Amino acid sequence: MGSIKLENVSKSFGTVEVIPPLNLDINEGEFVVFVGPSGCGKSTLLRLIAGLEDVTSGTISIDGQDATEIRPARRGLAMVFQSYALYPHMSVRKNIAFPLKMAKLDQAEIDRKVNKAAEVLNLASYIDRRPGQLSGGQRQRVAIGRAIVREPKAFLFDEPLSNLDAALRVNMRLEISELHQNLKTTMVYVTHDQVEAMTMADKIVVLRAGVIEQVGSPLELYRQPANKFVASFIGSPKMNFIDGEAASKYQAHTIGVRPEHLRFSRESGPWKGVVGVAEHLGSDTFLYVTLEGGEQFTVRTVGNAEFHHGDVVYLSAEPENIYRFDENGLAIK
Amino acid sequence: MATDHSRVAARFMISPAVLLLLGWMIIPLSMTIYFSFLNYNLLSPGMEEWIGFTNYEYFLTDPAFFAALGNTLLLVGGVLLITIVGGIGLALLLDQPMWGQGIVRILVIAPFFVMPTVSALVWKNMFMNPVNGLFAHAAKALGFAPFDFFAHAPLFSIIMIVAWQWLPFATLIMLTALQSLDQEQLEAAKMDGARKFNRFFHITLPHMSRAITVVILIQTIFLLSIFAEILVTTNGGPGYASTNITYLVYAQSLLQFDVGGGSAGGIVAVILANIVAFFLMRMIGKNLET
Ligand SMILES: Nc1ncnc2c1ncn2[C@@H]1O[C@H](COP(=O)(O)OP(=O)(O)O)[C@@H](O)[C@H]1O
Ligand SMILES: [Mg+2]
Repeated sequence: MGSIKLENVSKSFGTVEVIPPLNLDINEGEFVVFVGPSGCGKSTLLRLIAGLEDVTSGTISIDGQDATEIRPARRGLAMVFQSYALYPHMSVRKNIAFPLKMAKLDQAEIDRKVNKAAEVLNLASYIDRRPGQLSGGQRQRVAIGRAIVREPKAFLFDEPLSNLDAALRVNMRLEISELHQNLKTTMVYVTHDQVEAMTMADKIVVLRAGVIEQVGSPLELYRQPANKFVASFIGSPKMNFIDGEAASKYQAHTIGVRPEHLRFSRESGPWKGVVGVAEHLGSDTFLYVTLEGGEQFTVRTVGNAEFHHGDVVYLSAEPENIYRFDENGLAIK
Repeated sequence: MATDHSRVAARFMISPAVLLLLGWMIIPLSMTIYFSFLNYNLLSPGMEEWIGFTNYEYFLTDPAFFAALGNTLLLVGGVLLITIVGGIGLALLLDQPMWGQGIVRILVIAPFFVMPTVSALVWKNMFMNPVNGLFAHAAKALGFAPFDFFAHAPLFSIIMIVAWQWLPFATLIMLTALQSLDQEQLEAAKMDGARKFNRFFHITLPHMSRAITVVILIQTIFLLSIFAEILVTTNGGPGYASTNITYLVYAQSLLQFDVGGGSAGGIVAVILANIVAFFLMRMIGKNLET
């Protein structure tokens, strides 16, 4: 229960093709994250799966059945919206009960399910309040509650954490992951935040302008990015790139080195640069270095490195951790 | 954060405006109350004398008063019903994406800009006239006898005319309410299995409750004092069939030159309006709170 298959699915708004034909398999029980910059079509893709938008061409099947023409409620999917989309005139209890009421369950059954969801999500203490009287985190829980009572085949999340503050975001991230561990239901999660993608996903789908750039587990994407876009999008801080002469030594058009794979010294090394800003976080130090060729490099090192603005530094890359790209930006194996 | 000093200054500065408004209201009101206790008829000037509650007794026991009270309630209730149901319906239609939306919206507001006397006359002579009216022609074309609206259904005809005037107002308020509804809520309801009817009933309608309240409150205030439409069409007749309280007060004081009786009727109308306002606020005022 809960596998989704997209075949040659495309979507145009008027004459603008937002999503060119794409294929994607989402396996049962997987936590799949769509990640990509803002406006790349993540929400549109999710809404196509939900049935809130009609596909321009292609087929969507859920559990092996063609669901392209089936209306949203019948697809057995539940969605958590970015704005939560709670019903403001209903209490939390009524909000959560709404899908059950629409499914015409009897009242005892509805009460049982709502109470269970309230217990799982810890929202019993405010179950009789209206959404307007709740904090962002509480609203988020109610929205998730409304999704889980339906016992859907899969959950769809559209940037559910983007309206929360940083601390709460980390908490909710853990809770959603835990929920997935407990329910073992397929989850499709949209975010523009690669940290959320890396920490939560079984499988990441990287999108750019509606095109799938790469699909893989977080570590696959980190270790073997298919192209420069994925390499720079996955990992924080971003990968450093250098081209020209330095790259041709490695038979590549461009080479990339992650900040954590750079070594530095005060005396010698292949790339000479000047420290612009040094951020000392205690556990880590980030150096923002401008190379002689003008490239901006970020260096990450564990512990404290005694560098300051204006210091000269020589950088070198760990040879086994150099990524090579051709002139089209594709990775050279 | 106002200091005590600035608060005192503020009160001092707005006091002329408040006093002016107070005077504007108090002086006519107290004069009306005063007249209502007099035997004051314009046909016998200089004969005014204090007669206590006699004017009220006459006004309240007059069978015309009960007819007028019933007509007033029917008029207000009927117009509210038509404009609210029709306003929601039209707003739902106008909210659909369509070609020429801007022009259609302007067309819909147009009746609101027509003076009540003019629109009532247009209805009377162009539509409802039993000989030359469009409705009469239509009835004849279909083989029916033309219907004399103002003779046989005077109150209903006036309700139609007034509802036509107020429908644009209701539609506009409903349309803005409809457009402020978060689309994601509707989509969430769609995902939750609510079909069109349930989405309207459980999501759209509750969202519009505040707009409906505003329409009811504002329209009730204006509808209690409908006058011009009655004057130019039926003159309150036949009999008292289309007389409302406002028209009755006019008939009493100006057609019978009885200033005292008319004033008593006016005070009764003010009290009734306040009772209606009180219950309205009690009934739906809580919709306006949060
Ligand atoms: N209803 C719509 N009509 C026209 N264009 C749309 C509509 N919805 C989204 N788009 C366009 O599709 C592109 C992708 O949007 P979206 O899926 O919301 O991006 P993301 O969620 O990745 O930020 C954007 O360029 C957006 O302008
Ligand atoms: Mg989006």
